[in-house]
Amino acid sequence: MANIIVLVKQVPDTNARIVLSGDRVDLSAVKKVMSPYDEFAVENALQHRESSGGEVTAITVGGAGADKVLKDAKAIGVDNIVRIDCDAQLDSNSLQSILASVISSLGAEVVYCGKSAADTGAGSTGPGLAERLGWASVSNSTSVEFGEQLSVVTPSAGGNARINVPLPAVVSCDKGNIKVRKPNVKGIMQAKKAQVDVRSVDVPVSTVSVVAHSMPPAKPAGKSYQGGAAAAEVAQLLRDEANVI
Amino acid sequence: MTETIVIAEIVKGAIHPTTAELITAALALGSQPVVVVPCTDASVADGASQLSGAARILAAKSDVFSNYDAAGWASALDAVAPAGIIITSASPQSKDLAARLAARRGISVVQDVVKIEGGNLTSPIYSGKAMQTVSISGNAVVTVRPNVFAAAASDGSADVSVVDTTGNVATAVQEFMARASTRLDVAEANIIISGGRGMGSPANFTHLEAIADTLGAAVGASRAAVDTWEDIPHSMQVGQTGKTVNPNLYIAVGISGAIQHLAGMRSSKYIVAINKDADAPIFQHADYGIVATWEEALPVLQSTLSTMMA
Repeated sequence: MANIIVLVKQVPDTNARIVLSGDRVDLSAVKKVMSPYDEFAVENALQHRESSGGEVTAITVGGAGADKVLKDAKAIGVDNIVRIDCDAQLDSNSLQSILASVISSLGAEVVYCGKSAADTGAGSTGPGLAERLGWASVSNSTSVEFGEQLSVVTPSAGGNARINVPLPAVVSCDKGNIKVRKPNVKGIMQAKKAQVDVRSVDVPVSTVSVVAHSMPPAKPAGKSYQGGAAAAEVAQLLRDEANVI
Repeated sequence: MTETIVIAEIVKGAIHPTTAELITAALALGSQPVVVVPCTDASVADGASQLSGAARILAAKSDVFSNYDAAGWASALDAVAPAGIIITSASPQSKDLAARLAARRGISVVQDVVKIEGGNLTSPIYSGKAMQTVSISGNAVVTVRPNVFAAAASDGSADVSVVDTTGNVATAVQEFMARASTRLDVAEANIIISGGRGMGSPANFTHLEAIADTLGAAVGASRAAVDTWEDIPHSMQVGQTGKTVNPNLYIAVGISGAIQHLAGMRSSKYIVAINKDADAPIFQHADYGIVATWEEALPVLQSTLSTMMA
């Protein structure tokens, strides 16, 4: 029997256009979804439960609006849903501190998370949380086999490595060959009725503050050519002008 | 002058050239770069001493560094690196290490920095659809995107001192599975040639592979290609739900340039687009755009490159 935790995050739909209002992004018109890599984390957590028994608890950090992502996880099959009530912008130190304190109080043998969230793309939470808990960690997992230890495949220079990971551990998940299950009608009904366990925590002061958001700098117009024969000229320019080959 | 700690980027036991870019980033913070080189053999660190601008080199010597383990590397480096801002590459492995090292010191990490100005750090967010500029108070660990900052010159002669260290390794490599081909992975390559659904069939990717082998490049694919053809694995996927890449040269063939794909490659230094549709969005991001079918363009590209590289 294992206490399995999966971290989920609500992010803007990855197909959404991002717009600014003044010097901050304006997400008011953007649909929110579960960050795509978190779906692989949920799937790994559920497979772990099927292998070892136990319970899966999904945790998110956010305001009441973030309950939606927990309900989505519940509909897919997690047992418990926990929201750490904090709507503020957090730096990695603050975020990992509050996650570590709640996970310590819940007790767990393993935490799964996405390899990075689709909004920040940072990928700091998994390894940072593991360090705070004093656990092993492995990032960018493409395959997990469950046992007394985990056997995890992760990219390594020149190929892949299969790594023995002793528990407790944090595993950040990439897509790999994993197929994620979809919610069924029963799951969706259960999720509607499910209670979110809301936890209040003391939040450390962030030392990283957002100064401004901006649009990516526009690229100057490039050179354009018609017809495949131009590939010869382009190849030459890649050497003479761009200096990249 | 305060010191900034630069963790040298180590690939297969050697110092990777991107380390010279980390020196430039450290100097942009207005501080003196101290280069810490994780190594099992201190002679590896000699390669760092000619990095112009480096104040001194610390060879952090330990058996821990023979295989990558986040816990082991973070603890062994924490024991060696002086207090201060720490800079690493934003490679997948070093981002992982940076997060762990920051947590160990109870400080924050700022990932994927592409600009440093007035002490503020700018990184892409929403997969490059917007940029975020932050300020930091106190120390932090900062990871820097490869191929963005200019490389420091190599006419320096900093002193190297060797420091033995040790760490708590948590995981163990069971087996290493080398890729069947010697071709690089998209996450490692400085040149990438990618195909989309416009390639028509997965068999036609052999034309991309031939050019990749001429250039020493990796072969990538769009999400549309990966989703359509089972023979194109997800490990090749460049884009928001695949890999984010930052090569010197990105050649997109038969790729329309969906926002999904652009998110993963738009910050490449030079972009070449080959597409038969002149209105394809990829052309707005291309330094060199060729409106042509791949059947017309690739043979010309292949033969020209073969001659040039010979």
